[in-house]
Amino acid sequence: MGLEQKLGNMGVVTMSAEKAINWARTNAIWPMLFGLACCAIEMMSTQASNYDLSRFGMELMRASPRQSDLMIVAGRVSRKMAPVLRNLYDQMPEPKWVIAMGDCASCGGVFNNYAVIQGVDEIVPVDVYVAGCPPRPEALIDGILKLQDKIKKEPLTKWQ
Amino acid sequence: MEQTVTTANLDATVAALGDAVNDVRVFRDEVTLITTKGRVVEVLTHLRDAQHFDMLTDETCVDYLPKEPRFAILYQLYSTSRNIRVRVKVMLSEYDRSIPTAAGVWIAANWLEREIYDLFGINFENHPDLRRIMMPPGWEGHPLLKENPVKVEEVAFTFNRERVEADKPRAQE
Repeated sequence: MGLEQKLGNMGVVTMSAEKAINWARTNAIWPMLFGLACCAIEMMSTQASNYDLSRFGMELMRASPRQSDLMIVAGRVSRKMAPVLRNLYDQMPEPKWVIAMGDCASCGGVFNNYAVIQGVDEIVPVDVYVAGCPPRPEALIDGILKLQDKIKKEPLTKWQ
Repeated sequence: MEQTVTTANLDATVAALGDAVNDVRVFRDEVTLITTKGRVVEVLTHLRDAQHFDMLTDETCVDYLPKEPRFAILYQLYSTSRNIRVRVKVMLSEYDRSIPTAAGVWIAANWLEREIYDLFGINFENHPDLRRIMMPPGWEGHPLLKENPVKVEEVAFTFNRERVEADKPRAQE
Protein backbone atom coordinates (compact mmCIF):
# COMPACT_ATOMS: atom_id res chain seq x y z
CA MET A 1 0.00 0.00 0.00
CA GLY A 2 1.54 3.22 -1.02
CA LEU A 3 2.08 5.69 -3.75
CA GLU A 4 1.80 3.32 -6.68
CA GLN A 5 -1.67 2.05 -5.73
CA LYS A 6 -3.06 5.53 -5.32
CA LEU A 7 -1.47 6.86 -8.49
CA GLY A 8 -3.81 4.99 -10.82
CA ASN A 9 -6.99 6.43 -9.37
CA MET A 10 -5.97 9.87 -8.28
CA GLY A 11 -3.48 11.04 -10.88
CA VAL A 12 -2.09 13.63 -8.49
CA VAL A 13 -0.42 13.07 -5.11
CA THR A 14 0.47 15.86 -2.77
CA MET A 15 3.39 15.59 -0.37
CA SER A 16 5.97 17.92 1.09
CA ALA A 17 8.98 18.76 -1.05
CA GLU A 18 11.22 17.71 1.82
CA LYS A 19 9.75 14.22 1.83
CA ALA A 20 10.00 13.85 -1.94
CA ILE A 21 13.59 15.09 -2.09
CA ASN A 22 14.70 12.94 0.80
CA TRP A 23 13.03 9.93 -0.80
CA ALA A 24 14.98 10.57 -3.99
CA ARG A 25 18.25 11.06 -2.13
CA THR A 26 17.74 7.96 -0.02
CA ASN A 27 17.36 5.53 -2.86
CA ALA A 28 20.11 6.72 -5.16
CA ILE A 29 23.17 7.15 -3.01
CA TRP A 30 26.36 6.86 -5.03
CA PRO A 31 29.23 5.79 -2.81
CA MET A 32 32.80 6.70 -3.59
CA LEU A 33 35.19 3.98 -4.75
CA PHE A 34 37.56 4.39 -1.85
CA GLY A 35 39.08 1.47 0.06
CA LEU A 36 41.92 1.81 2.54
CA ALA A 37 42.53 -1.63 4.05
CA CYS A 38 40.98 -5.05 4.67
CA CYS A 39 37.51 -3.53 5.22
CA ALA A 40 37.56 -2.66 1.52
CA ILE A 41 37.49 -6.39 0.74
CA GLU A 42 34.24 -6.71 2.71
CA MET A 43 32.94 -3.60 0.94
CA MET A 44 33.66 -5.25 -2.41
CA SER A 45 31.84 -8.42 -1.44
CA THR A 46 28.93 -6.26 -0.26
CA GLN A 47 28.63 -4.96 -3.81
CA ALA A 48 29.16 -8.35 -5.40
CA SER A 49 26.37 -10.73 -6.36
CA ASN A 50 26.04 -12.62 -3.05
CA TYR A 51 25.01 -9.56 -1.03
CA ASP A 52 24.14 -7.26 -3.95
CA LEU A 53 24.16 -3.71 -2.65
CA SER A 54 22.28 -2.59 -5.77
CA ARG A 55 19.06 -3.79 -4.11
CA PHE A 56 19.23 -0.53 -2.17
CA GLY A 57 19.95 1.71 -5.15
CA MET A 58 23.65 1.92 -4.40
CA GLU A 59 25.31 -0.19 -7.04
CA LEU A 60 27.13 2.68 -8.69
CA MET A 61 30.53 3.16 -7.07
CA ARG A 62 32.01 6.36 -8.47
CA ALA A 63 35.75 6.69 -8.90
CA SER A 64 35.52 10.46 -8.57
CA PRO A 65 34.53 12.39 -5.44
CA ARG A 66 32.78 14.93 -7.67
CA GLN A 67 30.12 12.37 -8.54
CA SER A 68 29.58 10.73 -5.14
CA ASP A 69 27.31 11.43 -2.17
CA LEU A 70 28.65 8.86 0.28
CA MET A 71 32.16 8.20 1.51
CA ILE A 72 32.60 4.76 3.07
CA VAL A 73 35.85 4.99 5.02
CA ALA A 74 36.82 1.33 4.78
CA GLY A 75 39.94 0.80 6.87
CA ARG A 76 42.47 2.53 9.09
CA VAL A 77 43.49 6.05 8.15
CA SER A 78 47.16 6.84 8.67
CA ARG A 79 48.24 10.35 9.59
CA LYS A 80 49.82 10.65 6.16
CA MET A 81 46.53 9.68 4.49
CA ALA A 82 44.41 12.03 6.62
CA PRO A 83 44.88 15.20 4.54
CA VAL A 84 44.09 13.20 1.39
CA LEU A 85 40.88 11.88 2.93
CA ARG A 86 39.80 15.34 4.05
CA ASN A 87 40.61 16.68 0.59
CA LEU A 88 38.41 14.02 -1.03
CA TYR A 89 35.61 14.83 1.41
CA ASP A 90 35.86 18.53 0.59
CA GLN A 91 35.69 17.72 -3.14
CA MET A 92 32.39 15.85 -2.79
CA PRO A 93 29.32 17.97 -3.67
CA GLU A 94 26.66 18.42 -1.02
CA PRO A 95 24.59 16.68 0.19
CA LYS A 96 27.20 14.19 1.39
CA TRP A 97 27.43 11.54 4.08
CA VAL A 98 30.17 9.49 5.69
CA ILE A 99 30.11 5.93 7.01
CA ALA A 100 33.02 4.89 9.25
CA MET A 101 33.31 1.21 8.39
CA GLY A 102 35.01 -1.01 10.94
CA ASP A 103 36.73 -0.47 14.28
CA CYS A 104 39.80 1.29 12.85
CA ALA A 105 37.82 3.98 11.07
CA SER A 106 35.49 4.36 14.05
CA CYS A 107 37.98 4.64 16.90
CA GLY A 108 41.44 3.52 15.81
CA GLY A 109 40.74 -0.13 16.60
CA VAL A 110 43.79 -2.14 17.55
CA PHE A 111 46.10 0.53 16.14
CA ASN A 112 46.42 2.77 19.19
CA ASN A 113 49.70 4.26 17.98
CA TYR A 114 51.37 7.31 16.49
CA ALA A 115 50.71 6.47 12.85
CA VAL A 116 46.93 5.98 12.78
CA ILE A 117 44.08 8.48 13.27
CA GLN A 118 42.09 7.48 16.37
CA GLY A 119 38.73 7.53 14.63
CA VAL A 120 38.05 9.18 11.32
CA ASP A 121 35.64 11.57 13.09
CA GLU A 122 38.71 13.60 13.99
CA ILE A 123 38.92 14.81 10.37
CA VAL A 124 35.47 14.34 8.76
CA PRO A 125 31.96 14.36 10.32
CA VAL A 126 30.69 10.78 10.50
CA ASP A 127 27.01 9.84 10.15
CA VAL A 128 27.06 6.10 10.84
CA TYR A 129 29.65 3.94 12.61
CA VAL A 130 29.76 0.25 11.68
CA ALA A 131 31.45 -1.98 14.25
CA GLY A 132 33.43 -5.11 13.39
CA CYS A 133 36.92 -6.10 12.45
CA PRO A 134 36.19 -6.20 9.59
CA PRO A 135 32.35 -5.91 9.58
CA ARG A 136 30.55 -8.59 7.61
CA PRO A 137 28.68 -7.42 4.50
CA GLU A 138 25.40 -7.73 6.46
CA ALA A 139 26.75 -5.25 9.01
CA LEU A 140 27.69 -2.77 6.30
CA ILE A 141 24.27 -3.14 4.68
CA ASP A 142 22.70 -2.56 8.09
CA GLY A 143 24.78 0.59 8.47
CA ILE A 144 23.68 1.79 5.05
CA LEU A 145 20.00 1.16 5.93
CA LYS A 146 20.54 3.13 9.14
CA LEU A 147 21.94 5.95 7.03
CA GLN A 148 18.91 5.79 4.73
CA ASP A 149 16.62 6.11 7.76
CA LYS A 150 18.66 9.10 8.85
CA ILE A 151 18.46 10.77 5.44
CA LYS A 152 14.67 10.36 5.38
CA LYS A 153 14.40 12.40 8.58
CA GLU A 154 16.82 15.12 7.56
CA PRO A 155 15.45 18.67 7.34
CA LEU A 156 15.81 20.21 3.91
CA THR A 157 17.50 23.22 5.48
CA LYS A 158 20.51 21.15 6.50
CA TRP A 159 22.18 21.38 3.07
CA GLN A 160 22.18 25.00 2.06
CA MET B 1 70.21 -25.53 0.90
CA GLU B 2 70.49 -22.68 3.34
CA GLN B 3 73.65 -22.43 5.38
CA THR B 4 75.04 -19.69 7.55
CA VAL B 5 78.53 -18.37 7.97
CA THR B 6 80.45 -20.23 10.62
CA THR B 7 83.47 -18.91 12.44
CA ALA B 8 85.64 -21.48 10.66
CA ASN B 9 85.17 -20.12 7.16
CA LEU B 10 85.09 -16.53 8.42
CA ASP B 11 88.46 -16.63 10.14
CA ALA B 12 90.21 -15.36 7.02
CA THR B 13 87.78 -12.44 6.81
CA VAL B 14 88.31 -11.46 10.41
CA ALA B 15 92.08 -11.77 10.01
CA ALA B 16 92.02 -9.60 6.89
CA LEU B 17 89.99 -6.94 8.64
CA GLY B 18 92.39 -6.94 11.58
CA ASP B 19 91.48 -4.55 14.39
CA ALA B 20 88.54 -3.12 12.40
CA VAL B 21 86.44 -5.92 13.88
CA ASN B 22 86.28 -5.67 17.66
CA ASP B 23 84.38 -8.85 18.37
CA VAL B 24 82.81 -11.84 16.62
CA ARG B 25 79.71 -13.33 18.17
CA VAL B 26 78.14 -16.61 17.12
CA PHE B 27 74.64 -17.51 18.24
CA ARG B 28 72.83 -20.51 16.70
CA ASP B 29 75.14 -20.41 13.67
CA GLU B 30 74.43 -16.73 13.08
CA VAL B 31 77.60 -14.66 12.96
CA THR B 32 77.72 -11.03 14.07
CA LEU B 33 80.75 -8.85 13.47
CA ILE B 34 80.99 -5.96 15.93
CA THR B 35 82.75 -2.91 14.59
CA THR B 36 82.98 0.82 15.25
CA LYS B 37 81.40 3.67 13.37
CA GLY B 38 84.77 4.99 12.25
CA ARG B 39 85.61 1.81 10.35
CA VAL B 40 82.21 0.46 9.37
CA VAL B 41 82.41 1.57 5.72
CA GLU B 42 85.82 -0.09 5.43
CA VAL B 43 84.42 -3.35 6.86
CA LEU B 44 81.33 -3.28 4.62
CA THR B 45 83.39 -2.55 1.51
CA HIS B 46 85.73 -5.45 2.32
CA LEU B 47 82.79 -7.82 2.85
CA ARG B 48 81.26 -6.75 -0.45
CA ASP B 49 84.42 -6.91 -2.58
CA ALA B 50 86.61 -9.61 -1.02
CA GLN B 51 83.90 -11.83 0.51
CA HIS B 52 81.21 -11.42 -2.20
CA PHE B 53 78.46 -10.20 0.11
CA ASP B 54 76.75 -8.52 -2.81
CA MET B 55 73.34 -7.97 -1.22
CA LEU B 56 72.25 -5.77 1.67
CA THR B 57 69.03 -7.49 2.73
CA ASP B 58 68.30 -5.08 5.56
CA GLU B 59 69.70 -2.23 7.53
CA THR B 60 67.98 -1.36 10.76
CA CYS B 61 68.36 0.20 14.19
CA VAL B 62 67.67 -0.87 17.78
CA ASP B 63 67.05 1.51 20.68
CA TYR B 64 68.46 -0.03 23.90
CA LEU B 65 67.30 2.76 26.24
CA PRO B 66 68.42 3.19 29.09
CA LYS B 67 71.70 1.44 28.22
CA GLU B 68 74.71 3.33 26.98
CA PRO B 69 75.77 3.06 24.14
CA ARG B 70 72.11 3.38 23.36
CA PHE B 71 71.67 2.56 19.66
CA ALA B 72 72.76 -0.35 17.49
CA ILE B 73 72.89 -0.08 13.70
CA LEU B 74 72.63 -3.50 12.07
CA TYR B 75 73.54 -4.51 8.52
CA GLN B 76 72.20 -7.87 7.32
CA LEU B 77 74.33 -9.07 4.43
CA TYR B 78 73.78 -11.93 2.01
CA SER B 79 76.07 -13.43 -0.58
CA THR B 80 74.15 -14.71 -3.58
CA SER B 81 77.16 -16.59 -4.96
CA ARG B 82 78.11 -18.29 -1.67
CA ASN B 83 74.58 -18.52 -0.20
CA ILE B 84 75.70 -17.34 3.24
CA ARG B 85 74.68 -14.56 5.56
CA VAL B 86 76.46 -12.32 8.05
CA ARG B 87 75.44 -9.46 10.33
CA VAL B 88 77.49 -6.34 11.05
CA LYS B 89 76.69 -4.39 14.20
CA VAL B 90 77.77 -0.89 15.26
CA MET B 91 76.93 0.59 18.66
CA LEU B 92 76.15 4.31 18.79
CA SER B 93 76.13 6.64 21.77
CA GLU B 94 73.03 8.57 22.78
CA TYR B 95 75.08 11.78 22.59
CA ASP B 96 76.48 11.19 19.08
CA ARG B 97 73.68 9.93 16.86
CA SER B 98 75.55 9.87 13.57
CA ILE B 99 77.27 7.25 11.42
CA PRO B 100 78.83 7.31 7.93
CA THR B 101 76.41 6.27 5.21
CA ALA B 102 76.56 2.88 3.50
CA ALA B 103 74.72 4.18 0.43
CA GLY B 104 78.04 4.32 -1.39
CA VAL B 105 78.61 0.59 -0.76
CA TRP B 106 75.13 -0.74 -1.57
CA ILE B 107 72.62 1.53 -3.27
CA ALA B 108 69.88 -0.29 -1.35
CA ALA B 109 71.08 1.45 1.80
CA ASN B 110 69.71 4.76 0.57
CA TRP B 111 66.06 4.20 1.48
CA LEU B 112 66.85 1.95 4.46
CA GLU B 113 68.91 4.76 5.99
CA ARG B 114 66.16 7.25 5.25
CA GLU B 115 63.81 4.99 7.20
CA ILE B 116 66.20 4.81 10.17
CA TYR B 117 66.64 8.59 10.07
CA ASP B 118 62.86 9.04 9.96
CA LEU B 119 61.97 6.69 12.79
CA PHE B 120 65.07 6.88 15.05
CA GLY B 121 66.68 10.23 14.20
CA ILE B 122 70.08 8.78 13.40
CA ASN B 123 72.06 11.16 11.17
CA PHE B 124 73.82 9.47 8.24
CA GLU B 125 76.87 11.48 7.21
CA ASN B 126 77.22 12.18 3.47
CA HIS B 127 73.90 10.53 2.68
CA PRO B 128 72.76 11.65 -0.81
CA ASP B 129 69.12 12.34 0.11
CA LEU B 130 68.48 12.28 3.86
CA ARG B 131 64.80 13.16 4.39
CA ARG B 132 61.72 11.46 5.82
CA ILE B 133 60.34 8.45 3.96
CA MET B 134 57.52 7.05 6.15
CA MET B 135 56.10 9.92 8.19
CA PRO B 136 54.61 13.08 6.65
CA PRO B 137 57.22 15.78 5.85
CA GLY B 138 56.09 18.09 8.67
CA TRP B 139 56.26 15.42 11.38
CA GLU B 140 57.95 16.39 14.64
CA GLY B 141 60.14 13.88 16.43
CA HIS B 142 61.13 10.32 15.63
CA PRO B 143 58.33 7.92 16.59
CA LEU B 144 60.25 4.70 17.28
CA LEU B 145 62.49 6.19 19.98
CA LYS B 146 61.79 4.54 23.32
CA GLU B 147 61.01 7.81 25.10
CA ASN B 148 57.78 8.04 23.08
CA PRO B 149 54.64 6.56 24.68
CA VAL B 150 53.41 3.30 23.16
CA LYS B 151 49.80 4.48 23.00
CA VAL B 152 48.66 7.86 21.74
CA GLU B 153 45.14 7.76 23.13
CA GLU B 154 44.10 6.72 26.63
CA VAL B 155 41.89 3.64 26.55
CA ALA B 156 38.36 4.55 27.65
CA PHE B 157 36.78 2.63 30.53
CA THR B 158 33.64 3.51 32.49
CA PHE B 159 35.61 5.51 35.09
CA ASN B 160 37.42 7.76 32.58
CA ARG B 161 35.14 7.70 29.54
CA GLU B 162 33.87 11.27 29.95
CA ARG B 163 37.37 12.71 30.20
CA VAL B 164 38.67 10.73 27.21
CA GLU B 165 35.66 11.76 25.11
CA ALA B 166 36.09 15.41 26.09
CA ASP B 167 39.77 15.42 25.07
CA LYS B 168 39.11 13.86 21.67
CA PRO B 169 39.40 16.21 18.67
CA ARG B 170 36.29 16.38 16.47
CA ALA B 171 35.92 17.38 12.83
CA GLN B 172 33.84 20.32 11.69
CA GLU B 173 31.48 20.18 8.71
